[in-house]
Amino acid sequence: MTVRESQSALSDNARYARDGRASGSLRRERGTRVRRQRVRAAWLFLTPMLIVLAAVAGWPLFRTFWFSLTDASLSSLEGAHFIGLENYLVFDNGWYGILADPLWWQSVWNTLYFTLVSVSLEAVLGVIVALVLNAHFRGRTLVRAAMLIPWAIPTVVSAKIWAWMLNDQFGIINHMLLGIGVIDAPLSWTADASLSMWAVIMVDVWKATPFVALLVLAALQMLPSDCYEAAKVDGIHPVRVFFRVTLPLITPALLVAVIFRALDALRVFDVIYVLTSNAASTMTMSIYARQQLVEFQDVGYGSAASTLLFMIIALVTVVYLYLGRRQLGGES
Amino acid sequence: MRLRILKAVVLKIGFWMLVGVLMLYAIFPFYYAVITSLKPSSQLFEVSYWVDSLDVSNYVAVLSQPAFLAAIRNSVIVAVSVVIIALLLGLTAAWALGRVRFRGRTTVMMLVLGVSMFPQVAVLSGLFEVIRTLDLYNSPGGLILSYTIFTLPFTVWILTTFMRQLPDELEEAAIVDGASPWVTLTKVFMPLLWPAMATTGLLAFIAAWNEFLFALTFTLTDSQRTVPVAIALISGGSQYELPWGPIMAASVIVTVPLVILVVIFQRRIVSGLTAGAVKG
Repeated sequence: MTVRESQSALSDNARYARDGRASGSLRRERGTRVRRQRVRAAWLFLTPMLIVLAAVAGWPLFRTFWFSLTDASLSSLEGAHFIGLENYLVFDNGWYGILADPLWWQSVWNTLYFTLVSVSLEAVLGVIVALVLNAHFRGRTLVRAAMLIPWAIPTVVSAKIWAWMLNDQFGIINHMLLGIGVIDAPLSWTADASLSMWAVIMVDVWKATPFVALLVLAALQMLPSDCYEAAKVDGIHPVRVFFRVTLPLITPALLVAVIFRALDALRVFDVIYVLTSNAASTMTMSIYARQQLVEFQDVGYGSAASTLLFMIIALVTVVYLYLGRRQLGGES
Repeated sequence: MRLRILKAVVLKIGFWMLVGVLMLYAIFPFYYAVITSLKPSSQLFEVSYWVDSLDVSNYVAVLSQPAFLAAIRNSVIVAVSVVIIALLLGLTAAWALGRVRFRGRTTVMMLVLGVSMFPQVAVLSGLFEVIRTLDLYNSPGGLILSYTIFTLPFTVWILTTFMRQLPDELEEAAIVDGASPWVTLTKVFMPLLWPAMATTGLLAFIAAWNEFLFALTFTLTDSQRTVPVAIALISGGSQYELPWGPIMAASVIVTVPLVILVVIFQRRIVSGLTAGAVKG
């Protein structure tokens, strides 16, 4: 029997089952048994996933919390001693610990700045790209495929490509800017502290805008066409229609995209590590934490930084889940 | 009347210019990487906008490095294993979460979604300990294990969304026929879920292929690295003379398969991304 045949046979059976609904208590009893069996199976089916998630997420996270309260170092994780909150903040003839480290606060500020600027740019550009892709024109499929390319390129590769384009001596960006007379000397994009954050933002915007555009495009394609026809008949200006009709309707999708992007931006690591390495002007919380953990081998201190980052992201996640709860609850 | 035609023409030209600018913005960096990779090293430091000569010496240089070939092999092993594991565990979990009502389901869904939002660096030290205890440090096994932290949640999430869309009648019929949940899943749902599984698998593959932080931290030697780390660590004689030609050639090599996959499966990828995000 082919798959299709077996499926149609199965749905026939379902019809018989519905027709035989009158047979009362016997069916109900069987229904409860089936339901119980299914719930048992559900937990059985979930177990492997839950075990793996506990092994790669739950337990390591717990250990990171624990390490943040110890003086563990990379070479002697086992010989760690409990030192309380000393990694976070301690007074010993002056304040010490992460919360007293100017570099940490600089990296917090860098992360927030990076998140705010790049996600805002991605939202605006993403909506523009989505509106273009939503229009009917020849070659739309081709353009959509092309817009996906930056998203598909590995972050490390895009960072390298942009590092080459932004190269201070031989980079094409400086070449172009010199050519049109915007600048009169080559800029050192990735090394100059006042420019490097913009270099990083440029790469992130280039890479992540397609993601925002796709989510917004999906929302655009589900919009009802009748209110647009009505607006057209009434002769309302398209810009006004966009702000009064389209934007409010795509806001939920845009918000989801923005939150996903914001969570990604808050934990950003690879693009910055490759483009500007450990420079203080672009150091983010992830870079700071990994530097302490791996390069300085200070697992306790690095874990404390990781824990703080986790808490910030958890806070954002909780807010997001709270906002999205109705939708989740509605389905269950 | 003439004014209206003029306006329409201007709008049309403006629209096509916008399309052109966006296309250029999206494609140019990759195009530039390709033409740079095809330049002989003597021409590398003259900026040009098209290919003057076809010189494959950068590709020869990269592909003759055993470390780079090892990196490609490692990346393929890791990404393929991660896809298989994520689909296997994700499919069973998605059946439970998508088709069965039970107490605690919403909690499990929240848990899965929560894990997908973990900052990777938050589990770095804990995971390092786990990997070392299991003796998986500096091996593809350690990466396969650690990558499930970000591939499994979204695999479960997307497959659950697709699983919910399947008609109830199918399952009712299977139950009436006395099919066990396992048989229902493998014989009834799996054939229908192939497109969704292909999509999710592709997204998991891309995520695993691109991962950098764990790969950088949990591998030590050239022979165990994955391609993103290999590319990030290519260095020249000094900090100031990076071999840009070979770096761009390596970049093109690891990106072309992804670009081809994405262009072919773009529709599926879009539906996968939106199923995972919008409906979540």
